[in-house]
Amino acid sequence: MANRAGSSRRVPENEAAISYVQCDGLAVMKIVKHCHEESCSNMEVAQGALLGLVVENRLEITNCFPFPKHDDTMDEEEYQLDMMRRLRRVNVDHFHVGWYQSADVGNFLSQSLLESQYHYQTSIEESVVVIYDTKKSNRGFLTLKAYRLTPQAIAMYKEGDYTPEALRNLKIGYESLFIEVPIVIRNSPLTNIMMSELSEMIPEEDGSKFLDLGTASVLEGQLRSLMERVDELNQEAIKFNRYQQLVVRQQQDKHRWLLKRAQENAARAAKDEPALPDEDVNKLFKPLPVPPRLNPMIVAGQINTYSQHISQFCSQGLAKVYLTQALQNAKESKQNTT
Amino acid sequence: MALNLVVKVHPVVLFQIVDAYERRNADSHRVIGTLLGTSDKGVVEVTNCFCVPHKEHADQVEAELNYAMDVYELNRRVNASENIVGWWATGNEVTNHSSVIHEYYSRECREPVHLTVDTSLAGARMGLRGYVCVSLGVPRGKQGCMFTPVDVALTCYDPEVVGLQLCAKTVSAGRSRTVQPMRDLAQVAEAAGKLSSLLDQVVQYVEDVVSERAAADKAVGRQLLELINSVPNMAADTFADAFASSVKDSLMVVTLAQLIKTQLQLNEKLTLLTSQ
Repeated sequence: MANRAGSSRRVPENEAAISYVQCDGLAVMKIVKHCHEESCSNMEVAQGALLGLVVENRLEITNCFPFPKHDDTMDEEEYQLDMMRRLRRVNVDHFHVGWYQSADVGNFLSQSLLESQYHYQTSIEESVVVIYDTKKSNRGFLTLKAYRLTPQAIAMYKEGDYTPEALRNLKIGYESLFIEVPIVIRNSPLTNIMMSELSEMIPEEDGSKFLDLGTASVLEGQLRSLMERVDELNQEAIKFNRYQQLVVRQQQDKHRWLLKRAQENAARAAKDEPALPDEDVNKLFKPLPVPPRLNPMIVAGQINTYSQHISQFCSQGLAKVYLTQALQNAKESKQNTT
Repeated sequence: MALNLVVKVHPVVLFQIVDAYERRNADSHRVIGTLLGTSDKGVVEVTNCFCVPHKEHADQVEAELNYAMDVYELNRRVNASENIVGWWATGNEVTNHSSVIHEYYSRECREPVHLTVDTSLAGARMGLRGYVCVSLGVPRGKQGCMFTPVDVALTCYDPEVVGLQLCAKTVSAGRSRTVQPMRDLAQVAEAAGKLSSLLDQVVQYVEDVVSERAAADKAVGRQLLELINSVPNMAADTFADAFASSVKDSLMVVTLAQLIKTQLQLNEKLTLLTSQ
């Protein structure tokens, strides 16, 4: 295990270190259980750490453990170290490869997420953040996605400079903040045997919930969040426009002042008086601070994810409605013939 | 001593046990660990578990009980409602050592449940069995205890079932033994396919009964009648209305979502193009 991790360190920084993520069934089930329990009790996000190792170009996640909720009385670092030490005693991989977070209808993009992922990715090259969508999985569609920050996003975060020029130089937009890494699930043969035994024990009707037609509630939730985000983006756009108008006005003021100065100097030169000292134009008209573009970019990225999810969700909703139409047609044709 | 105890196990527990067995030290044949969950009115629900390192010698057993306490405390920080409800072991029989370990666990909780998972696949099955310890013996004579089997059932949260179904696909995934989480539409298509094959089976059975190839079963017949009557009876035009309106709603939402995406991209280009 140790030398495999060593060989992956030789991969240069600008090469795509990870092309896909391989998750063990155990990790998937633990994430599902933890996020489900958290969503039942309170509305906070559930977070946890992913453990595993890196093999060639894939990241294997073999185990995970949940984080306790944010509490000032305990030290999170200590909890993590304690947990990893204990797991190492039972031969679980203790290489910390990333973290997971639950998300309500897919709204996970926020400044804190960027910051955490940035810290993870700078300390551990190949780390990913796995997002689990609670509402959709409750409805029967297991949604597990892995994301990594792009190199441009890391560079931008390192600078800490969010002005439009910096963003233009880095050619970064809301679409190039994160890249999605495909996830595959893998199980050992012994686990496969266990699962074939389990499948006999589970009742057949459980788990066909996604054929349910009444999925409007999920869509409602998504649309509501989408509307809030669009409002936010609108506010940011108004702020930016106001700033631009101020800049234009400031330019005009500067121009007028310079003209006046030139006129005065000409008048004084005519009267043989010394010219007024050249004051620094910039000190009089302080350059206005550019509003940072980070928040609008995050909000735009969030809206983008929402619209994608909504389109996907509606497509399967349409499919279900067409299915019922087929049933109804069959029923009607039978009624017509009998 | 309720012998009509029912033990409900979540799939996570079994995944964890199998994984711990695969990762055991080279010299151990068996792994043991603690079961966590809740116990309520004769129903014990096991929701989590962890492995405890231990060594077995010919006549004694050593288990790191401090380790068990520590991990239990750590787990309590995340989930305060999970208590120790028993312990598990791999292998297909209850040995002498088990009674020693069981005694320790009976000090931790009121009525510990012992679960065995037969990973050695004796009898070509991975058996899952549960036991409780019942004391027997004459009151003034020597007391002993016996492990009596109890019923074990499987229970899941809703999303756990979905996760399990997805993971179960790796059984039939062929060489690579991997499976990808599916897109929504593909899942609905697959479910429709499954439903269609189930319907085919039912139709085949009915035809067999009608043509006297198979015996008729009254219970099955009654359920078939229920099935057919469960399709809601809507007049053709009400259905057409409901159908049209839901299709229109979905299409409108999709159009709006795409419109928003295009606007976002435009907005992005414009703000990055403006010069200071």
